[in-house]
Amino acid sequence: MPLFIKEFLNNFFNPTVYVVISIIGFVVMMATYRVWTKPRIAMGLLALMVLFFIASWSDPNFNKIVTKPDNVPIVSLVFILGFFLWLSLRQAAINDERIERGEPPREATEANDRVLVWPDLVYSELICMVIFTAVLVLWSVFIPAPLEEPANPGKTPNPSKAPWYFLGLQEMLVYFDPWIAGVVLPTMIITGLICIPYCDKNPKGVGYYTLKERPFAITTFLFGFIVLWVTLIIMGTALRGPNWNFFGPYEKWDVHKLETLSNVNLSEYFWIHLLHKGLPEHWFARELPGILLILGYMFVMPPLLAATVCRKMFQQIGFLRYNIVILHLIVMAGMMIKMVLRWTINLKYIVFIPEYFFNI
Amino acid sequence: MAKKGELGRVWDYVVNTQVWRSVMRHGYPDTPRNRSLAVLANLILHLHPIRLRKSGLRVRYTWCMGGLTFFLFLELTITGLLLMFYYRPTAEYAYNDIEYLRADVALGIMRELHRWGAHAMVISVWLHMMRVFMTGAYKPPREFNWSIGVILLVLTLLLSFTGYLLPWDQLAMWAVTVGTNMARATPVLGHEGPGASLVVVPYAEGAGTISVVHQASDVRFGLLGGRFVGAATILRFYVLHCVGFPLIAAFLIALHFWRVRKDGGISGPL
Repeated sequence: MPLFIKEFLNNFFNPTVYVVISIIGFVVMMATYRVWTKPRIAMGLLALMVLFFIASWSDPNFNKIVTKPDNVPIVSLVFILGFFLWLSLRQAAINDERIERGEPPREATEANDRVLVWPDLVYSELICMVIFTAVLVLWSVFIPAPLEEPANPGKTPNPSKAPWYFLGLQEMLVYFDPWIAGVVLPTMIITGLICIPYCDKNPKGVGYYTLKERPFAITTFLFGFIVLWVTLIIMGTALRGPNWNFFGPYEKWDVHKLETLSNVNLSEYFWIHLLHKGLPEHWFARELPGILLILGYMFVMPPLLAATVCRKMFQQIGFLRYNIVILHLIVMAGMMIKMVLRWTINLKYIVFIPEYFFNI
Repeated sequence: MAKKGELGRVWDYVVNTQVWRSVMRHGYPDTPRNRSLAVLANLILHLHPIRLRKSGLRVRYTWCMGGLTFFLFLELTITGLLLMFYYRPTAEYAYNDIEYLRADVALGIMRELHRWGAHAMVISVWLHMMRVFMTGAYKPPREFNWSIGVILLVLTLLLSFTGYLLPWDQLAMWAVTVGTNMARATPVLGHEGPGASLVVVPYAEGAGTISVVHQASDVRFGLLGGRFVGAATILRFYVLHCVGFPLIAAFLIALHFWRVRKDGGISGPL
């Protein structure tokens, strides 16, 4: 790959650009799912991805990250997830066209055909097992499991990263304190997932792929899974280096890279920049604007939304379900809002009460 | 049904011997009746129904991800068991045992199979969840089974996380340090969590208070068995990794499979 492209990409990418591009990519992907899933276009996209990897392969910095044994699953996740996204949305596109023509989805034409488990299912399970055993054995023979130096509590590696599947949460530590990024958000991911079947009252779309019949459910789920979970994992693995600084895909991980940090709290914005006064002494007076903002976001906005934009949803699923759904959605949106505020106005905390370790 | 040829005659003889019949309890599954019996009369196969929807058989529909996850769980149990022969969960021995495993044990790919299998299982669980979501298979009557599935997903991550520490190298120690540092910020229960400084008991009349939640009593201390990731942590994570979580997971997997059957088998269009 020519040097000027590499330098352009290194300078072009930063967390803001990365996240914004992944969101735009996601929106385009969902909006044009009937177009890009056509086999020829999808093959073209795959070819582009492979081409990108081949062209980047010779770059020592890129190569070092991609070929690290523990990163093999993450690199393959890019391709595997791409494939299964294609597979599900392709089938959704086919079914949605059938439904528009008044035909049943493809799965429904076979639903009443019953086949015997022995031999049909048992054999395909066996084949799957054999193939995957072979894959695992080959993977294990060719890539030895790494072992670093013995554990040493006196020597902190830089960067220190959590296990790869938690890197999205570690990324959130940039924008939130640990009690939110490490406790509240994971808890809400779990409760949110558990609540899905109890809150989704749409009876359509059981047992076949479709997007048109459940646009809201599928878009929300895929946004959470792909944009907020997987792309942040990829960023945390490949683009976050020493001191958790952001590095371009071809950039050397320089321990001495400096990034200016001049983050400002909301209270300072409000009292000093806006009112030209000093910060009030008592924490409650000082943080009142932020507290009101958070309370408004958490407790005033849901009823307002229920009366306006989300009126139909509120009527369909009722008071309790609506509140559960909206609570999880506004926390999800809150993550994005805090990220945007950090990028645009360097906002550090909306509420900053170090006295009680309560910072948002 | 008699088979043709010399080999077929041998086959027919074998499947009709008293030994074979006593093990299998039915003839070779080449008739609908015997095929049904093959599933019904076999402890492992009877997890399945006798018949299923043709749409539920298609790999493009199921992606085979649930089955693959279960396969990986079994694979990890077996390789993990073999690894336990060589591994002692103490700060003195853990690292050396792993070194020995990779340098001196013959045909030593058990650790690789275990590590790569664990990575693969995390991915296959996610993809299984995605498949179930995309086909609306969580909708009534399968709501509760989805919830069990979410708990199993969390258990998979916890199993992987507890296993991450055991090689006791720099990667292990610091990844777990980063991961468990979050626990000190748990609201009320962690010593740096919001509200923790409010949990106090009076010391003596007029002599101030003592905080209840501090470095050596908070939820992180309980998790690590100390203030830092150390010898006590290895033992705790080892016990959770090899006994605690697998037992819970095995129970929930059984429940998960049972509910798949009871909730009407693999999802299909109504």
